[in-house]
Amino acid sequence: MDWVLVAIVVVAVIGVYLSWTAGRIDRLHARLEAARSALDAQLYRRSAVALEVATSGMLDPATALLVADAAHRARSGGEEERELVESDLSKALAAAFPDVETCQQLARQPGASELLAELGAACRRVEMARRFHNDTAANARALRTRWLVRAFRLAGHAPMPETVEMDDTPPAGLVGWAPSPS
Amino acid sequence: MRIGIVCPYSLDVPGGVQNHVRDLAEVLLDLGHEVSVLAPADDDTPVPPYVVPAGRAVPVPYNGSVARLAFGPLSAARVRRWIREGGFDVLHIHEPATPSLSLLALWAATGPIVATFHTAMPRSRMMSAASAILRPALEKISARVAVSEPARATLVHHLGGEPVVIPNGLFVDRFANARPRPQWREGAGTLCFLGRLDEPRKGLAVLLRAFPEIVRRRPGVRLLVAGPGDVEEARASLPAECRPAVEFLGMVDDQTKAEMFASSDIYVAPHTGGESFGIVLVEAMAAGAPVLASALDAFRLVVDGGRLGRLFEVGDSDALAEEAIALLEDPAARDRLREAARLAVRRYDWSNVAKEIVSVYEMVAEGPAGVGEATAVAPGPAGPVGGDRRDDSIDGAT
Repeated sequence: MDWVLVAIVVVAVIGVYLSWTAGRIDRLHARLEAARSALDAQLYRRSAVALEVATSGMLDPATALLVADAAHRARSGGEEERELVESDLSKALAAAFPDVETCQQLARQPGASELLAELGAACRRVEMARRFHNDTAANARALRTRWLVRAFRLAGHAPMPETVEMDDTPPAGLVGWAPSPS
Repeated sequence: MRIGIVCPYSLDVPGGVQNHVRDLAEVLLDLGHEVSVLAPADDDTPVPPYVVPAGRAVPVPYNGSVARLAFGPLSAARVRRWIREGGFDVLHIHEPATPSLSLLALWAATGPIVATFHTAMPRSRMMSAASAILRPALEKISARVAVSEPARATLVHHLGGEPVVIPNGLFVDRFANARPRPQWREGAGTLCFLGRLDEPRKGLAVLLRAFPEIVRRRPGVRLLVAGPGDVEEARASLPAECRPAVEFLGMVDDQTKAEMFASSDIYVAPHTGGESFGIVLVEAMAAGAPVLASALDAFRLVVDGGRLGRLFEVGDSDALAEEAIALLEDPAARDRLREAARLAVRRYDWSNVAKEIVSVYEMVAEGPAGVGEATAVAPGPAGPVGGDRRDDSIDGAT
């Protein structure tokens, strides 16, 4: 008689645990989707601002062409080469704004200061959005690789979450430089 | 946006986290956001209008010192009610792993959650053990922010992942506008120190060991020491002939602190460890004091490896004395440091830091639902259903 009771309790505990874990996975997946679309939006924004900077006339023609080309490729790249072209844009921007002095000089031109600040913010946002996305992806992966989760297929048929691997380092010149209010 | 901020420590006790929370709340209010700060406080303690008191903080031993924390059923109930009634677009929790309001809030909430980690700790077994317990709660965080590289490294070591760094902010202009006090400008140069006198890791002893040599080579130099602690004990460690050159200011308010920096030819930061960011260095730089700091990781980053201030080997009084004398003898070098630092501290100004924090809020709050209450079901913090919608129905604790 007693062992029936014990068995019922054990099954109940396992059931609650499984349903709780399924809830965690569900929420992580939902958040992952939101984080992915946030990252896409920030990447799109960054390439838009980069194009604007390139066509604003504040850069010398060689740098402008370099940035415009990278920004254009980032916008028109297909899904499979996404990480590659976005990394290339990061590298191009890093080359265009290598240090604080360069940015200080560029910012003296009329209207340049605001645009540079916007580009700096856009690059920072890409970096943040990717990290937030990858943190969530890593959490989801950690949970989904547990054997109980796999044995009971708690994640259903959702594909295994992937992290986004790309160079998102904001240009050194734009990181150290901040527009002064005066 | 409607922003809920959780502070684990009492706001009436000074501290890095508390200052950060208070300044952030005020800057966000200025920007036109609606802000509510949940912090430990007695009901009869006067608090700013944007603070919601969550009950008394109790001194308990935690993390190697005594912290004033709020926990227990009363605090938990208040946290739940605050979340339920707040209708926040985003919840910003500071030090989420602290066994106080922060952890309670993380436990009780769902939706867009931003967490800021302030502490830099060398590897600790406790943290690693706790991380297994904390993981289900910590995985609810949408965006993890560290205030410095060492804080970020601590976080990565214990929990993995890729947190972003957004530095502590300060009001640069309040420091930049400070004027030197004439009585502190007399003599052959002014050094200053800020920190508890009797806390070894603040390093006053390192500076006082170096001071006699500095006085010998630069007669007429003076030292301002600000901070609470036993003045007599500190004075006794100096040779008698050096004592008149040292002025103890005790605890100073923000204005006095800024004026002390503005009056100084060198701000000395002889800390020997345990610093996560070094906001004081940035304050000194903003007020125009050239910085001479021990080469801790955190400080090395703030002075950009030596470009914005000079460094010396941690705990090495002889090196400190040499560097200080060299700087005192070279006004041009001090001016160069001042000028480079003046430009560099702009990025720590609240106007820029708040912008970054708000962009994090916007990024995580893009989804449809705001912050809600997690359905309370054993064995963990979150309910079994995908409770991303607000759920007000289950609550017995009001």
